Amino acid sequence: APLWGPSAAPRAPPVCPGVEGTALSLVAAYRTDEGQPWVLPVVKKVEQMIANDNSLNHEYLPILGLPEFRANASRIALGDDSPAIKENRIGSVQSLGGTGALRIGAEFLRRWYNGNNNTATPVYVSAPSWENHNSVFMDAGFKDIRTYHYWDAAKRGLDLQGLLGDMEKAPEFSIFILHACAHNPTGTDPTPDQWKQIAAVMKRRFLFPFFDSAYQGFASGSLDKDAWAVRYFVSEGFELFCAQSFSKNFGLYNERVGNLTVVGKDADNVQRVLSQMEKIVRTTWSNPPSQGARIVATTLSSPQLFAEWYDNVKTMADRVLLMRSELRSRLESLGTPGTWNHITEQIGMFSFTGLNPKQVEYMIKEKHIYLMASGRINMCGLTTKNLDYVAKSIHEAVTKIQ
Amino acid sequence: MGPPDPILGVTEAFKRDTNSKKMNLGVGAYRDDNGKPFVLSCVRKAEAMIASKKMDKEYLPIAGLADFTRASAELALGENSEAFKSGRYVTVQGISGTGSLRIGANFLQRFFKSSRDVYIPKPSWGNHTPIFRDAGLQLQAYRYYDPKTCSLDFSGAMDDISKIPEKSIILLHACAHNPTGVDPRQEQWKELAAMVKKRNLLVYFDMAYQGFASGDINRDAWAVRYFIEQGINVVLSQSYAKNMGLYGERAGAFTVICSDAEEAKRVESQLKILIRPMYSNPPLNGARIASIILNTPDLRKEWLVEVKGMADRIISMRNQLVSNLKKEGSSHNWQHITDQIGMFCFTGLKPEQVERLIKEFSIYMTKDGRISVAGVTSGNVGYLAHAIHQVTK
Repeated sequence: APLWGPSAAPRAPPVCPGVEGTALSLVAAYRTDEGQPWVLPVVKKVEQMIANDNSLNHEYLPILGLPEFRANASRIALGDDSPAIKENRIGSVQSLGGTGALRIGAEFLRRWYNGNNNTATPVYVSAPSWENHNSVFMDAGFKDIRTYHYWDAAKRGLDLQGLLGDMEKAPEFSIFILHACAHNPTGTDPTPDQWKQIAAVMKRRFLFPFFDSAYQGFASGSLDKDAWAVRYFVSEGFELFCAQSFSKNFGLYNERVGNLTVVGKDADNVQRVLSQMEKIVRTTWSNPPSQGARIVATTLSSPQLFAEWYDNVKTMADRVLLMRSELRSRLESLGTPGTWNHITEQIGMFSFTGLNPKQVEYMIKEKHIYLMASGRINMCGLTTKNLDYVAKSIHEAVTKIQ
Repeated sequence: MGPPDPILGVTEAFKRDTNSKKMNLGVGAYRDDNGKPFVLSCVRKAEAMIASKKMDKEYLPIAGLADFTRASAELALGENSEAFKSGRYVTVQGISGTGSLRIGANFLQRFFKSSRDVYIPKPSWGNHTPIFRDAGLQLQAYRYYDPKTCSLDFSGAMDDISKIPEKSIILLHACAHNPTGVDPRQEQWKELAAMVKKRNLLVYFDMAYQGFASGDINRDAWAVRYFIEQGINVVLSQSYAKNMGLYGERAGAFTVICSDAEEAKRVESQLKILIRPMYSNPPLNGARIASIILNTPDLRKEWLVEVKGMADRIISMRNQLVSNLKKEGSSHNWQHITDQIGMFCFTGLKPEQVERLIKEFSIYMTKDGRISVAGVTSGNVGYLAHAIHQVTK
């Protein structure tokens, strides 16, 4: 195998003018309008700066990670004016991607939350969710992992009543994994008003919010908008965890850049939490990788680079938003049976189209368009070149197959 | 509140000290003769090659960079190894040594049903115990270090190992034992292999210093290769932190020697199931640097010279420390300092003496009297000898 060249991750079949072999079930990574991976220009710039800096070496980072990365990463999630930051009651653990952040948080909760080593604390995962959520909490030792209602297939939207009902019935102190924005896989997020209702129930029932924030900035193009839910919970006085990933919004997938933000009641509690998380980190990976953290820290701490990054993020978000609106308008022009507003109402990388398994099979076998059996498509697989073909194919699938 | 990490806590205390003569003989990171971190030239070259290519940042597979894992297996096993050539092994990329150990520990906890017990040498690296414990296994010990001679308690080790229940797990340091620097001689390794075979033990090798110990990568891997040749299907964790100076890049690998390639495939599938809920897939940067070095003939040659250079400097510091102690007029036998090998030296100093070294001389080491020889330079070896003599005379 060649030393150089792209990594071994699966690549979509090339999109040729005939538009055959379109992959909409890609691993969750951004693609340009040419169907190619995209290294953010600001990342290239910062990497060059790092490569040219002979004062840098490869020494171990501290166990909890690069301090400038940790502080900046949590600031991005919580906001510059976060009361929690001002009150010095936040902590950060640099982690191996969003997955690593989830795992450290899960390991901590299993050991120290709701008693000591209480593996019976229920953990609630949305139905559906990213399938790795279950495994993370299971391998962390939790024995009772449940689902909470989330996706309403009939109305193709959020099943708020089901969700709130599950929260009312959940045992006190249960842990709820919440998607901060751009819910994976449905692309369906609660509105601010719905988040307020969720928070109210969680507060009353002492439920623990564990946010998974993998798409901040990538979803709407606005960091603040995509962090609204997390910040609202903080303002409501919750203690919470937020697992952040910089894989998508920095395009740093293989550098494994993540951060677990801890919001506690006070500084003393947060210090205790971090000291215990250090012990967990020490037996998992000892200390985190430095390259990706350096790139993010350098970018976020320079106003100019930050602005460039913001622009790059908006480029990605805007392309996805454009593909959504273009796909929807084509389906509506074709008169494809059903309603298609969910395509633009959903947000982020994924869309639950509503195609049933038979229709999905048709798409794959007859049209060579690859999507998940759930009907989930990766919007990043859409390009200006294949929009027409994909829209026509969906139209065929829906009209021919019931 | 969790207690400060004993090893990394030493560095933190050192940083706060304002004494200009202070020495950090705590954390195991190599330093050059000016006491500075050392970035290998072959690493810089590999990085320049990487910077010049337009590579994307797509996720690695769960098992890591294939060119890296294959080269890691070949480095450990040797290119002529039957196990390597037949493909009856699986190597996955791990987060340096710790991450690789942890993957292996989790794997054994889940699939090695014959025993929950891991036997580690007394003493061992401080992090071994919590790693295996957090993975859900139990720790037992076998005699290893003889504090009376500051060398290997071979008869004690053999005696203890002969009594280990069959099918237990035994952890062995492949070379440059941490923290003592005491390694078995080849004839002793042969007897150890025969004994573990007799007891039908699952052998877990931790190899964090290949090349760094003697300066010769084949010599340092001799025990691992011998055991495999004896038909012992070992599991192995490797680290590139020290031998390539890639500490913070977290390059490592975990290998399982299997009966055949089919078993290797099954093992790999289970390792991936363990890795995915830990961190999904590993970081690329360090593995890619290591892979380029191992797979580019000129860089590999350069690396072998540089790793020997590091090993030689350490050996030289050991020699100078002993000769300086003699010059100070110490009447103790310090031969163990030159008999021991690798980054660390078990000086034989007692906790009270270590305490004095820290408080009176600003010389920092762990309570067990372990020093990182890499922290010794021709500029400070005299001061170190003087201080040690003061607290031991």
